[in-house]
Amino acid sequence: MAEAAVQAGCRFFAGYPITPQNEVPEYMSKRMPQVGGVFVQAESEIAAINMIFGASAAGARCMTSSSSPGVSLKQEGISYIAAAELPCLIANMQRGGPGLGNIRASQADYFQAVKGGGHGDYRLIVLAPASLQELYNLTMNAFDWADYYRNPVMILGDGILGQMAEPVEILPYEPILELPEKDFVLDGCKGRKPRVVKTLILKPADGLIAHNEHLQEKYKRIESELSLCEEYQTTDAEIVIAAYGITARIAKGAVRMARAKGIAAGLIRPITLWPFPNEPFISAAKTASQMLVVEMSHGQFIEDVKLAVNGQCPVEFLGKGGGWYPTEEIILEKIESMAAASATAVKGKL
Amino acid sequence: MPNLTRTEVLTDAQTHYCPGCGHGIIHRLVAEVIDELGIREKTIGTAPVGCAVLLYDYFNCDIIECAHGRPPAVATGMKRVQPDKIVFTYQGDGDLAAIGTSETIHAANRGENITVIFVNNAIYGMTGGQMAPTTLTGMFSTTSQDGRGEHGEGPPLKVCELLSSLEGVCYLERTAVSTPKDVISAKRAIKKAFQNQIDGKGFSLVEVLSMCPTDWKLSTAKAVDFVNNEMKTAFPLGVYVDRS
Ligand SMILES: Cc1ncc(C[n+]2csc(CCOP(=O)(O)OP(=O)(O)O)c2C)c(N)n1
Ligand code: SF4
Ligand SMILES: [Mg+2]
Repeated sequence: MAEAAVQAGCRFFAGYPITPQNEVPEYMSKRMPQVGGVFVQAESEIAAINMIFGASAAGARCMTSSSSPGVSLKQEGISYIAAAELPCLIANMQRGGPGLGNIRASQADYFQAVKGGGHGDYRLIVLAPASLQELYNLTMNAFDWADYYRNPVMILGDGILGQMAEPVEILPYEPILELPEKDFVLDGCKGRKPRVVKTLILKPADGLIAHNEHLQEKYKRIESELSLCEEYQTTDAEIVIAAYGITARIAKGAVRMARAKGIAAGLIRPITLWPFPNEPFISAAKTASQMLVVEMSHGQFIEDVKLAVNGQCPVEFLGKGGGWYPTEEIILEKIESMAAASATAVKGKL
Repeated sequence: MPNLTRTEVLTDAQTHYCPGCGHGIIHRLVAEVIDELGIREKTIGTAPVGCAVLLYDYFNCDIIECAHGRPPAVATGMKRVQPDKIVFTYQGDGDLAAIGTSETIHAANRGENITVIFVNNAIYGMTGGQMAPTTLTGMFSTTSQDGRGEHGEGPPLKVCELLSSLEGVCYLERTAVSTPKDVISAKRAIKKAFQNQIDGKGFSLVEVLSMCPTDWKLSTAKAVDFVNNEMKTAFPLGVYVDRS
């Protein structure tokens, strides 16, 4: 992720140490000076996100990374960045919570990332990679989406993704969008009128209402243009699993095992968590007989799945927080029990 | 001859400050310095959360408005990305010495090449007169109604003294704007703090003791007396660090 950011032209990184993401600032502390960039070990996550606020307003591609407790501290700053419509990348390698929790992998910050976290009506573009290659690729894209939409982007990973090793092809950066000129940058008002980056809107009296409407229009546009999802064997699936990130990767194995046992299982893996890819769920709800949400939390992501499914199909749940993670076998067991229950139910009707 | 015309660095907008408030004078001094150094077109200011939040309505240069207490962190990001630009923060006592103490100390200790204008009016002006970290011992505020120090509030926090132990700091001076002589001295200090940044010398902070007649519930004349008699005793004026 760190190298992808460097490749994509990220030249400012600020962060505060926290496991399980220390590899990122450590790498950046060495790499940034090599490419003429800036690395600052901030005094706190609060300071780090506010350094990002300044660096982004100064025109730099910039990022910060942290893990759950640290991301909680960043929330005020994230709200300001979203309100000021500044681009940046924030990575959260989630760990077990609440509180200090533990340093095992978790997906319990879904609500914080996708539903808000900070104050006010704002949205982050939230990306959930399931492999290091995807993390690498999405990191590059994230900078483009951030610049294109002038919106902060969050990569919502977890402790496993943050600390595992697997081969990654280091691809050169290619912009995926035609990027707008950064006409908001504060670089001194030479030859132009002074610019202001601010989020306080007192005048006119309805100015903040208008700004909120403007933001909501932007969010609607993002929702209509950006939605990424992987579907695996869903076409004929009776039981469709919904999972994201590392959990989806484990679930894919379970789908394979279920298929080998003659159970028609499939998987929907959202890659963007916001915007949430509703369509695959709407279609699957029409064809599948049951859905199963698997997540490393006590049920956050499931709320969006249920909203998309809208009662068209029963949704089962398998998940726990605190550092629990599913194995392929645990998921398979759940699929088998769902398949058995459905067979009994069918018999009951006969 | 003192300059009696409006400097180009200030807009024509009428300020929202109360009569007798120190912010207006300090704005004028900062603006004159930016003007005299010829740096308006390469200066980026940060606005605090406090009575000076509308700084951008009054200053004719690029401004970024920050979350409460975070200007030194924002300025760090801003300056590191554009080392050739001039970046200043303008902060009240609540902003700089309560909620933003950590950002202040660490920006100072890193020796960030920025200029900090610290307006100490010993009160939370904007929110209506609550106790500030710099509220004097025995002083009334809406959250220290029996006088500060009676109920475990501790003594006032002295920012220049606190920061003077940091080796990363270039320049610290405490000034005031309660007499003409003080105003002239404050301007000299502010100019030096900007010149240090131009010369790449590092973190410079000028503390300015300032009047808040409204929340002190004093007349404008009595507020000036309060700075001269009470505040200058608790917060002695002078140069605390000069490594320039
Ligand atoms: C996070 C946060 N907490 C509290 C506030 C409310 N608040 C606004 S201004 C202020 C105090 C400002 O006092 P000071 O920094 O001394 O500036 P002054 O108004 O005296 O110039 C506070 C507490 C806020 N805006 N944000
Ligand atoms: S409340 Fe105090 S600091 Fe604020 S504008 Fe009025 S006099 Fe100035
Ligand atoms: Mg104050």
